[in-house]
Amino acid sequence: MKTAVIVFPGANCDRDLAVALESVTGVKPDMVWHGDSTLPEGVGLVAVPGGFSYGDYLRSGAIAARSPIMRAVVEGAEKGLPVLGVCNGFQVLTEAGLLPGALMRNEGLNFVCRPVSLTVENAQSTFTGRYAQGETITIPVAHHDGNYFADADTLDRIEGEGRVAFRYAGTVNGSARGIAGLLNDRGNVLGMMPHPERRIEAAHGGDDGRRLFEGLLEAVGA
Amino acid sequence: MKLRIFVTLKPGVLDPQGKAIHKALDGLGFAGVNDVRQGKLIELDVADQTDDAQVDAMCRQLLANTVIENYRVERA
Repeated sequence: MKTAVIVFPGANCDRDLAVALESVTGVKPDMVWHGDSTLPEGVGLVAVPGGFSYGDYLRSGAIAARSPIMRAVVEGAEKGLPVLGVCNGFQVLTEAGLLPGALMRNEGLNFVCRPVSLTVENAQSTFTGRYAQGETITIPVAHHDGNYFADADTLDRIEGEGRVAFRYAGTVNGSARGIAGLLNDRGNVLGMMPHPERRIEAAHGGDDGRRLFEGLLEAVGA
Repeated sequence: MKLRIFVTLKPGVLDPQGKAIHKALDGLGFAGVNDVRQGKLIELDVADQTDDAQVDAMCRQLLANTVIENYRVERA
């Protein structure tokens, strides 16, 4: 499967994502600059990486979400193209309107950087087929703005539609209803604060993150 | 024309930074502070013919995230 990783100034997980994607798909991803206005032909997945795009100016992900390439990503997502946003990438996807809600400063104001336990809330999605429903997995987080917020009606709706993919098993950042990973209504866009690309081999302490990419490859097809 | 855009968190949205400022004020011994909310002030210098609808669009599309923030425009 051909994949693309979007590169913003200030992103710092783009290469980690590229390594993870290449290791699972066997194909080097296309690194796509934020100033480009089209995605490469035949891309089966777009990954929006973590980091500090534009130095988190204005709001985390706000400026990146308005960059030329994001118009192409939104268009692709609306046609069903799978899009994965990790950490800052999740913030970019909410700012771009692909996912509801917003990610705010962590409740305790601390930058949280450690492996966390997550519960797989929806193992049926394009992204989560290699997990068991209700399984507890470990994936690292590293963020300052991971405190998910949406109004009560939106939270009830996304819960009712099974769109919470992952939930923190403990207290991490004050996120509404412990939401760590969220799907769009069509199920082809996933935003998550934890970094699956940092957990793809034994040397990382486990491969719970790798299974996300494997499940995705299986669902989307090589 | 100079504009000042005040971006504030909507009521009910948790403001951990405001809370930390509140605690620090308490720590300095300032009594009687009931609440602190932190926001942003953005100053724009725009062409004189810029109309309200354009300014509103700037606020909605970029300057404020209306999921969590309100904004108010003041003409200087």
